[in-house]
Amino acid sequence: MEQIKGEIIRVSGPLVVAKGMNGAKMYDVVHVSAMELVGEIIELRGDRASIQVYEDTAGIGPGEPVTSTNQPLNVELGPGLIESIFDGIQRPLDKVMEKTGNLITRGVHVNALDRSKKWDFKASAKPGDKVAGGAILGSVKETTLVEHRIMVPPDVEGVIAEIKSGSFTIEETIARIKDKDGQSIEVSMLQKWPVRKGRPYQKRLAPDSLLSTGQRVIDTFFPVAKGGTASIPGPFGSGKTVVQHQLAKWADAEIIVYIGCGERGNEMTDVLLEFPELKDPKSGEPLMKRTVLVANTSNMPVAAREASIYTGITIAEYFRDMGLNVAVMADSTSRWAEALREISGRLEEMPGEEGYPAYLPTKAADFYERAGRVVCLGNDNREGTLTIIGAVSPPGGDLSDPVVQATLKVVKVYWGLDSKLAYRRHFPAINWLISYSLYLESLRDYFNKITGVDWLSLRNKAMAILEKEAELEEIVRLVGRDTLSPRDQLLLESAKSIREDFLHQIAFDPVDTYASFKKQQKLLTLILNIYEWNLDALERGAEPEKLMALSIRDEIAKAKYTPENQLEKIDALSLKAREEVDKL
Amino acid sequence: MTFKKYLSITEVVGPLILVENTEGIKYEELAEIELPSGEHQLGRVLEVNQDKALVQSFGGTSGVSVKGSSARFLGRGIELGVSSDLLGRIFDGLGRPIDDGPAIIPDKMLNINGNPINPYARNYPSEFIQTGFSAIDGLNTLVRGQKLPIFSAAGLPHSRIAAQIARQARVLGSQEKFAVVFGAMGITFEEANFFISDFQKTGAIERAVLFMNLANDPAIERIATPRLALTAAEYLAFELDMQVLVILTDMTNYCEALREVSAARKEIPGRRGYPGYLYTDLSMIYERAGRIRGKKGSITQIPILTMPEDDKTHPIPDLTGYITEGQIIISRSLHRKGIYPPIDVLPSLSRLRDKGIGEERTRADHPNWASQIFASYARGKEAQELATILGEAALSPVDRQHLLFANRFEQEFVQQGEYEDRSIEKTLEIGWSLLAELPRLELKRIKDEYLDKYLPEKSKAE
Ligand SMILES: Nc1ncnc2c1ncn2[C@@H]1O[C@H](COP(=O)(O)OP(=O)(O)OP(=O)(O)O)[C@@H](O)[C@H]1O
Ligand SMILES: [Mg+2]
Repeated sequence: MEQIKGEIIRVSGPLVVAKGMNGAKMYDVVHVSAMELVGEIIELRGDRASIQVYEDTAGIGPGEPVTSTNQPLNVELGPGLIESIFDGIQRPLDKVMEKTGNLITRGVHVNALDRSKKWDFKASAKPGDKVAGGAILGSVKETTLVEHRIMVPPDVEGVIAEIKSGSFTIEETIARIKDKDGQSIEVSMLQKWPVRKGRPYQKRLAPDSLLSTGQRVIDTFFPVAKGGTASIPGPFGSGKTVVQHQLAKWADAEIIVYIGCGERGNEMTDVLLEFPELKDPKSGEPLMKRTVLVANTSNMPVAAREASIYTGITIAEYFRDMGLNVAVMADSTSRWAEALREISGRLEEMPGEEGYPAYLPTKAADFYERAGRVVCLGNDNREGTLTIIGAVSPPGGDLSDPVVQATLKVVKVYWGLDSKLAYRRHFPAINWLISYSLYLESLRDYFNKITGVDWLSLRNKAMAILEKEAELEEIVRLVGRDTLSPRDQLLLESAKSIREDFLHQIAFDPVDTYASFKKQQKLLTLILNIYEWNLDALERGAEPEKLMALSIRDEIAKAKYTPENQLEKIDALSLKAREEVDKL
Repeated sequence: MTFKKYLSITEVVGPLILVENTEGIKYEELAEIELPSGEHQLGRVLEVNQDKALVQSFGGTSGVSVKGSSARFLGRGIELGVSSDLLGRIFDGLGRPIDDGPAIIPDKMLNINGNPINPYARNYPSEFIQTGFSAIDGLNTLVRGQKLPIFSAAGLPHSRIAAQIARQARVLGSQEKFAVVFGAMGITFEEANFFISDFQKTGAIERAVLFMNLANDPAIERIATPRLALTAAEYLAFELDMQVLVILTDMTNYCEALREVSAARKEIPGRRGYPGYLYTDLSMIYERAGRIRGKKGSITQIPILTMPEDDKTHPIPDLTGYITEGQIIISRSLHRKGIYPPIDVLPSLSRLRDKGIGEERTRADHPNWASQIFASYARGKEAQELATILGEAALSPVDRQHLLFANRFEQEFVQQGEYEDRSIEKTLEIGWSLLAELPRLELKRIKDEYLDKYLPEKSKAE
């Protein structure tokens, strides 16, 4: 194919316009100037192409060359993804550092995946097998936690002519497939896929199991399903990143893709340093062994920030296609939207609300639609899930912000962070009065199965207590607490216990950072039981003051620090509490 | 090297100058405008479109004419010449010496925009810096490599606090090379002088580098000032292994200069007229703090900003808070009560605190202690509010104790002298003595072992 070579006529920040680009295609990747900065075509008018450049454009000017690669923005998929940290356009930051030192300079070209590393491929398919896109050819034990399945690329179909186990680089041929025209196609472990296009699957299914996160307010009150979508909007400092990190640590997914989109450098460093030290509660293996990081921090080029969430989600889809449960955290989607806005502004497009382009809601919806529970391609009908959890950072915490609004239209779970709770150091500062999960009903059977009780009614009882508390608080504020009936006072006491002894969860406490669902069930049951017992005792004529000042309350406050292997202690506490109430 | 001189200036709008019939101009290139008076102004290229270059003049455009003025483009971006001789020197907001000292003979020239630190190369900040302020060290701890802004407002003593931090800040048990880099943007002569004379008094001036853009200096110049300061800081920290504290004041003036340029370009404004890219622009400044693996030095940033109308949701504090690692909030109501430093600890936050305190860093009880003090003070503040509505008599006995705690906390813990440099032990001790006024049962956030060890006798007796 003839190479398309144009010439820069305009440079305005990350936007470059080139003429002489006849034949160029929308969303193709181009190289800008002799430095070969990477850019992507985002608008075509006649022979002019507008290009968003993924690197700093200082020092670039009219007259310099632009060449098209004739390829859309792709990611590389294959063994080597896990434990990597990539920038927004999948350059591995460790390799970039080897080349350019501590600072990221321009025009660095490095492959996303290591070309020289050998992987032990174990074939599971055999010659003569009829295969199509998504069929599993074999696997590589990529890390102690990840069995990386090597799949037939989506567009390939035919009969396996040859396949071999052994030690290969990702570019070496591991199998030969004869297609229907008799053509022989060489398959390696490396696939490429355009980031802006969702990877195909057979069909979508409704999510039906819990993504357990070990965070009580989430799992118990506002759960997200595997394959679902959730959003955490909140003002600065309210706890979005801590929640995202907690989920990345403790969610029971097989693969975590964490996208730092326009946020702090140190937060990525934190993950890089901490995850190798933390152990997966199930396997005891370091959490890093299932994690992929995409980091395009706030000071890195803004256009690459826009691309970063697509890079992340495409990697996630690839693992989903293997039949795995994948969770993606995007912190923060507002920075992505701002990148869109900046480019849109420079293109002089007609602005919508707050200067955001009118297509913001569509783009946000497209992104979240890439989540889901699916039957994967291939002939074994395996299921994979992809859960997306996006942080949103509205100006001044104002929820009328267009990004919040566009997001809430599409996500099914809303964790609303509240700066008032954060000031009181009630963490996670998820406001239980405004948050919701639309998965409660679809998870009903699942919950009943794992708890053995009618879990939702228990959960709803606790919610009702909290809601009633909010009402009573109003009264207390006006006329004082003494005017309340003993029943109401007991309710307030119980609400306080739910808040402080259950919802409050310190991420940095070595024990409390994670609570299994079993522990959550025991704790909540204990707190609700005490309330019931107290009400009964009150009926019997027990003195309200004494019920309020149960000496066991101190122990209940510390119950959340019970280690996972000593949960029977909570049962013992329950007996003790019963005894104390019964005595009154 | 000679550069082509263009006489083809066709438009002057606000701080912007349009030069036509240009050739080979680069984005972000440094420009020099010659006025009919023979005076020179520096500028930078904001956009090049075919044969037109849009230049932002740092010195403003007063005196620039369409005919009779000329522009030259210097083939490079704005640079700062760096060497260890920077220490002890004072420059203007564009990096030109204003202290009668000799010209700097640069070790090298650095582009003031810098390059982003590779997140992979960063080292996580975790070394406790003792500032000598209880409200900071105890509850909103600063660590080396952090960016922790002061959110203040007109008429509040942020400068005194910043100067005191610069005076007292140290890392326990270490003897390292310190430096202070000071970037002033649009502050008054008096304020600037306050810092300079404070630095002189303490001898800190010897290891300080000052960049001064004052209220009467050209506003647009302020856009370059923090970048110059940080370029100097990076050189000192990562090439000369120094522990650098960067104070930038007042970021609000910086943002206003950006807004002025944006308005002149007729860009679609974001909130309150500030440009949509303000977040990105500020992060290019604030993210230049930190530590780098394998390097001894560090950059700790304390930007100061005054919140217009004391409003924390104003875009400047808001976007700053979204980038920095916490914030120290100066409160007008504490200031009115006569408390110095009037730091409101509840909305203040140091996000890196938890990595900087505890065993082997400060003391094992510190995290529990801090969490308890926050909780008790928050409860005391609520009691204060309740008491103003319902009267103190309506409070339960425990609430009344908390009310008392809150008052004493402000008076004895937050309040301290301008030359009082409290050790962390002292800070912890004051906190414990206040906690002792509360019933032990109320101290749920502290482990028994610490209560047994540190809680003064008074409440142990209960
Ligand atoms: N679960 C938690 N346990 C303990 N502390 C928490 C928790 N959640 C939040 N915090 C505290 O709140 C601080 C701010 O949280 P975080 O960094 O997650 O805020 P954010 O919403 O991401 O802010 P920004 O939008 O500025 O990035 C943390 O540094 C920590 O001190
Ligand atoms: Mg965050």
